[in-house]
Amino acid sequence: MSELSYIKRPNRGLKIYAAAFLTVLYVPILFIPLFSFNDSLYVKFPLSGFTFQWYIELWERSAVWDSLGNSMRVGVAVSIISTILGTLAARAITRSRLPGQNAIVAFVMLPLVIPGIIFGVSLLILLSRLGVSLSLYTVTLGHLVVCLPFAVATLLPRFEGFDKSMEEASADLGENGWFTFWRVTFPLVLPGVIASLLLTFTISFDEFIMAFFLTGTDATLPMFIWTQLRFPQNFPSVLALASIILLVSFLLVFVALWVGRLGLIEPEESQS
Amino acid sequence: MSSDGFISIRNVGKSFGSFRAIESISMDIQQGEFFSLLGASGCGKTTLLRMLAGFETPSQGEIFIDGQPMSDVPPFERPVNMVFQNYAIFPHLNVRDNIAYGLRKQRLPKAKRNAMVDEMLDLVQLAGYGDRKADELSGGQRQRVALARALILKPKVLLLDEPLGALDKQLREQMQLELRRLQRSVGITFVFVTHDQEEALTLSDRIAVMQGGDVLQVDTPNALYEQPRTRDVASFIGTMNFLDGRVLSRVNGHTKLDIDAVGEIDIPTPHPAIVEGDRLSLAIRPEKIVLHRAAPDGPAMQGNLEMTSYLGERSHFHIRVPGCVEPMAVSAQNADLGEIRALEEGAPVWLSWHDDALIVLDGK
Ligand SMILES: Nc1ncnc2c1ncn2[C@@H]1O[C@H](COP(=O)(O)OP(=O)(O)OP(=O)(O)O)[C@@H](O)[C@H]1O
Ligand SMILES: [Mg+2]
Repeated sequence: MSELSYIKRPNRGLKIYAAAFLTVLYVPILFIPLFSFNDSLYVKFPLSGFTFQWYIELWERSAVWDSLGNSMRVGVAVSIISTILGTLAARAITRSRLPGQNAIVAFVMLPLVIPGIIFGVSLLILLSRLGVSLSLYTVTLGHLVVCLPFAVATLLPRFEGFDKSMEEASADLGENGWFTFWRVTFPLVLPGVIASLLLTFTISFDEFIMAFFLTGTDATLPMFIWTQLRFPQNFPSVLALASIILLVSFLLVFVALWVGRLGLIEPEESQS
Repeated sequence: MSSDGFISIRNVGKSFGSFRAIESISMDIQQGEFFSLLGASGCGKTTLLRMLAGFETPSQGEIFIDGQPMSDVPPFERPVNMVFQNYAIFPHLNVRDNIAYGLRKQRLPKAKRNAMVDEMLDLVQLAGYGDRKADELSGGQRQRVALARALILKPKVLLLDEPLGALDKQLREQMQLELRRLQRSVGITFVFVTHDQEEALTLSDRIAVMQGGDVLQVDTPNALYEQPRTRDVASFIGTMNFLDGRVLSRVNGHTKLDIDAVGEIDIPTPHPAIVEGDRLSLAIRPEKIVLHRAAPDGPAMQGNLEMTSYLGERSHFHIRVPGCVEPMAVSAQNADLGEIRALEEGAPVWLSWHDDALIVLDGK
């Protein structure tokens, strides 16, 4: 008898599909690092030689560093705020019986499917009506809208994944809500919190559309890349920059997914 | 306001939406008592316990603990601790930190705290396990951590929700003994939930038998077994035979009954509720019935032996009696059986009993 269950049987068709899927998805992206090492201003085959020139050029331009700094600041702020809000939301969703709970969850998740351009435009209109001038703060606000659903989606399974009797046990042993949160709830959802921080940071770091509508004078890194596309002589260094961003984003998301799953177990048989 | 027991439950009821999980319950639990809530699955044992702990708010009535009304007291301020059905050991802490969890507020010096934890580890026989994580413990060990974690706070009341339910038979019996020993040595009031009647009978000072959200009877194990008040209690605890009959007359403490399938008998009964002409139910334990091969003197039933089970020290018999729906269950010491032992299935037998073996039940 086979060790594998019906569902888990190896399936050749599925394997081919997965390979094709990954190829279509990632081969175009692989051209970016490839040409970033190419010793030519133009993106075309055949490759003309190997160089670090574009990376060095990048290193020496202060505008790159400025926009990197801007992106970092926005990213850190967005990741912290959206993770805190996401934690509160996930807790509220899993730990209390709110009327219309499913509707609330749906609304929290909605920004995932609403096109960014619609959110960008509407936020722009709103902010200009209110007379708020565009700056990194407005970009941060836009990114929060984009990141919050991801934070909630990352944290929800952690909150659902541990038994509510843990919190009751803490209350029973004399700790009020605040201490119960810090001594029991938070340590148990910590991997989800870290995953959410990394994920939302990465999303904010790479985000373009919101930044496009809401940036004032200080550009984020993707905005900087966008402005550089107008200058053909800068294009190879844009590729170099894009390669670095790709690499860092990949690493962060992998770590986030890995940490997020740490010790995540099926909820134990709950109290009767 | 003031109350009789250490824990005093006054007209407490609980509804979940339109579903009534607990009817209006009143009872008192004394200090230092090992008190059990016994009942089938879904009868509301956990719900009642959770109301004592403060996790559920009663829909009506009031709970007093040590004279204090509990309605406005949150779980973390109640003088009770709970051992959860699934133990709820904190998985991110080791055994020591689990046990010391509730000590934070007392702001003890570290040495004192460690000493208290060590003492607890000894008490529950887990010395040497202090550094293990929750997932490195067996079921019985977890249960003892949960106990130690609650006991270290010296609660006035310990609530235990089927703490032995998840254990295998052997470990369970061992833990029963340990629980009893512990309860005696710490002198804390235990409120213990179980659906296992044998466990309840072995451990408890008193038992509340619950059914469908109601308490049927609160009594000592002995009284529950010997003097069940209703048919439900009688059939829930141990094996019981039931007889139906009619009251013919009452004369100074004696009642003349006409029992279906038996005929007229006369029993001494101080039972006040019996009225002439009423239908009533009687109960009799299998071991209180005596078997005969020939008709004995006095009231007796005649039947046919349907089944015999030999259990070494005892034998169990089922006897089909014309006019009774259920066969009568009889249990006897094999040493006392004599000629009965050799009977074939289908053979005619007579059943008799002492007057005081008949229990008059409330209700029809
Ligand atoms: N939160 C709740 N919402 C609705 N109904 C509930 C809730 N908690 C319990 N009940 C119902 O109340 C009744 C009593 O439940 P309870 O958990 O007290 O039973 P129990 O006696 O502890 O059973 P068991 O021996 O299976 O643990 C059950 O019918 C259950 O379905
Ligand atoms: Mg229960």
